[in-house]
Amino acid sequence: MTGVESRPARASFREATARRRLAAVLDPGSFREILPPSERVTSPHLAALDQPVAFDDGAIVGEGLLGGQKVFAAAQEGAFLGGAVGEVHGAKLAGLLSRAERERPAGVLLLLDSGGVRLQEANAGLLAVSEVMRAVLSARSSGVPVVALIGGGWGCFGGMGIVARCCDAVAMSEEGRLGITGPEVLETTKGVEELDASDRALVWRTYGGKHRYLLGEADRLVEDDVAAFRAAALDLLGRRREVGLGALDAAHRRLAARLFELGACADATEVWARAGVPEPARLPVLEVGEFLRAVASARRGEP
Amino acid sequence: MTRSWDTARRARAARLARARAVSPGRWAEPGRATALLEALLEPGDRVCLEGDNQKQADFLARSLAAVDPARVHGLHLVLSVLALPEHVELFEKGIARRVDFSFSGPQSVRLARLAGAGQIEIGAIHTYLELYARYFVDLTPRVALVAAQAADAEGNLYTGPNTEDTPAIVEATAFRDGIVVAQVNERSDRLPRVDIPGGWVDFVVQSPTPSAIEPLFTRDPAQVSEVQVLMAMMVVKGIYAEYGVDRLNHGIGFDTAAIELVLPTYAEELGLRGRICGHWALNPHPTLIPAIESGFVRSVHAFGSELGMEAYVAARPDVFFTGRDGSLRSNRAFSQTAGHYACDLFIGSTLQVDLAGNSSTATRSRIAGFGGAPNMGADARGRRHPSPAWLRAGEEARADPGAIPRGRKLVVQLLETFREHMEPAFVERLDAWDLARSAGMALPPVMVYGDDVTHVVTEEGIANLLLCRTPEERAEAIRGVAGYTPVGRGRSPAAVENLRDRGIVRRPEDLGIDKRRATRDLLAARSVKDLVRWSGGLYDPPKRFRSW
Amino acid sequence: METLSFEFPCPGPDAPRAAPALVGVVASGNLEVLVEPTAPPGRCRVVVSTSARGFGEIWEAVVRDFARRHAVSGLSISVNDAGATPAVVSLRLDQAVEEYLGRP
Repeated sequence: MTGVESRPARASFREATARRRLAAVLDPGSFREILPPSERVTSPHLAALDQPVAFDDGAIVGEGLLGGQKVFAAAQEGAFLGGAVGEVHGAKLAGLLSRAERERPAGVLLLLDSGGVRLQEANAGLLAVSEVMRAVLSARSSGVPVVALIGGGWGCFGGMGIVARCCDAVAMSEEGRLGITGPEVLETTKGVEELDASDRALVWRTYGGKHRYLLGEADRLVEDDVAAFRAAALDLLGRRREVGLGALDAAHRRLAARLFELGACADATEVWARAGVPEPARLPVLEVGEFLRAVASARRGEP
Repeated sequence: MTRSWDTARRARAARLARARAVSPGRWAEPGRATALLEALLEPGDRVCLEGDNQKQADFLARSLAAVDPARVHGLHLVLSVLALPEHVELFEKGIARRVDFSFSGPQSVRLARLAGAGQIEIGAIHTYLELYARYFVDLTPRVALVAAQAADAEGNLYTGPNTEDTPAIVEATAFRDGIVVAQVNERSDRLPRVDIPGGWVDFVVQSPTPSAIEPLFTRDPAQVSEVQVLMAMMVVKGIYAEYGVDRLNHGIGFDTAAIELVLPTYAEELGLRGRICGHWALNPHPTLIPAIESGFVRSVHAFGSELGMEAYVAARPDVFFTGRDGSLRSNRAFSQTAGHYACDLFIGSTLQVDLAGNSSTATRSRIAGFGGAPNMGADARGRRHPSPAWLRAGEEARADPGAIPRGRKLVVQLLETFREHMEPAFVERLDAWDLARSAGMALPPVMVYGDDVTHVVTEEGIANLLLCRTPEERAEAIRGVAGYTPVGRGRSPAAVENLRDRGIVRRPEDLGIDKRRATRDLLAARSVKDLVRWSGGLYDPPKRFRSW
Repeated sequence: METLSFEFPCPGPDAPRAAPALVGVVASGNLEVLVEPTAPPGRCRVVVSTSARGFGEIWEAVVRDFARRHAVSGLSISVNDAGATPAVVSLRLDQAVEEYLGRP
């Protein structure tokens, strides 16, 4: 009854650095980094702008084991420039996926924590993100599953939001956010009446893990806990989504139907109500277990 | 020639007669509030416009700012906290001329400009308890404009969780033939309890919008840094455990929030539950929830309430002071008194410390004041009852074994050596000197005087000033924890080592603290949501602190 | 950006050779520290790239005190700093050496 039992004994995924997340999600001690910090492959663009660089350009890539199976894994460090993707950062991600096509691990885990393209790097950043998108689809087409884990403080936005939905599966925590245009940009371009970025409850209702799970854009909703993300990753490795024109057409039909059904809703709470969830206003307050039970029948899954 | 002895009483009757033309009954129409004030007030009156640290009589402030300056001008304003733009407006329009107050955070820059432009006379800056004291001596308000949550037809007031300064203000005014006007958020036929009897209140007016209260004492655990965790560990082990500090007050800040959050973890590990941090003079800090739930806290008396904590407080009557109605009863005057006489320790942060240990948050372009800190951070020389911490501190300070022994309150200044933008927190000369000169103050504004400070804690360690026997030793001890600031780099390494041998300067390793443990993992709650979980869902954080 | 380089002799035996270690992140008020066994024997090298200009003297004092606290002979310490205070810098340097030596 009291909160004593709810002391956070769990290790927060959101609080951990990208390195710590990788170390905790993969089998202990199994991670071997490719292009580690000591190689000093840093951003020439940031250097040219006289801005601080990071030895790993904010992207950690390598291989390891997950439940004894060989996997490739990448993690974005949100604290460095908001996890934004620059030329080197993007090349590391794309390179990892391309290598996965050749070496055929059991899967690729992408721990995403990014605002999207690194604007300082302009076209190089845009190109980098699009190359990552292509690399994800290519790896998947060749039969290597790609799974996105989203639970960091910076969310997964912009081009990286697109990357996430190009994956076979996505696991999110409630604290994680997934979208394309971020809340601040939306407010700036469309006005505060459209979205008040300072209304954090609204932002999380709109972009957060619970809503994405309900809409079927996240396949798993987990606690903010590295162990929970690890378990989800293990589980989702076995899951494939069809890649190809047929799957794309089916997705468009499904989205058109969804738009018809839910497009007039002004707020996520309305979406949840229309989807048949009991007591939709209470969803944000529920812990993960209760939430999953509450939405079980109303959730829009993807085939 | 006989003197009349009831001039104030007759003046009050005359004012009330004028006011009856505006409001025949006790309840005044909101739309007539300004007219009511014009009827009640006379030029030069001393007016307390309730501006507490948290609660503000904002509707009455706006109404006062709308009076005709030709009718009402030159008022002498007395109030705890000058926070609203309307307060500044009063001086700009000439409605008020003089002010005595305690704190002016949000308006400190505008206040400095008013003073520079000669539009305001500052009587003095006070600490809260000192200001209330003067309400009963030489600053008694003629008219008090106060804020309450609700009132009934008889004018009884319910001030509820945010009672704060109201009892002190109304007592002084009502019993010296003053006039009391209250703004309320609602009218009710059945008040939860009576905090101010209707017989002490002359007029009540319902505010069109409820008076806004800011969550000033809420600190998001997500913002607590590793360095603050390290300092918290040092305070717990090096001071609370060392002296057995069971009765205390925490000044506001993230560094003290860090201490609150490591009690259930680090202090529990050290076996300190039941031995430290049992009794508090403190607002209901959300960050204290884990320590309360873990069984550290036996009592909390509050200066005011805190937004979102109402249900939690009501569910913990064994810990908090609550009325028969179940809601919190706060009282700043009594909490300040508790902090002064009944607490063995005060700890708080500051912006600058000099080599004598004088501490100030005064900066050149602001006239801000210090609120309650000067009272909390002062040795209580009138105290007579002993406690282990008080006796030990007194013993450590005793220079002459032949002198009569006395106790001493622990007053700790807690700060990192550098502030934002690499601004050193340790200086040879406080900015307060410059402010005094530019603002024409009698004394440089000091928050806590060096001879009241007993310990200075930084990320580098703890300096125990009680054990220092000369001003030079004190200065060197402060240099010894001033890190890489110019003041710190000016230390004599040999002198500091000597102080370390004598236990005057102690580093984390001297306290047996492993710095590698100073991570956010040591916090019992790392997010606002964690606090909600700790409270069993009773804590209801204000919107800005929630993502759900 | 300002780049500062320090190199100085170190008493005592060289630190053991191990895989490079990195701690910290390059975020405002923070820094990353990379430790590698690549300095000449008997010496320690520290290279700092910082966005906060003009604090060379403080960096030197922090680095010297750090070198006194640990056996850093033979180690190269490389720092990318985004305006951390000396408190955070000292903490990170200590954490980096502990990480390198394999003591979590």
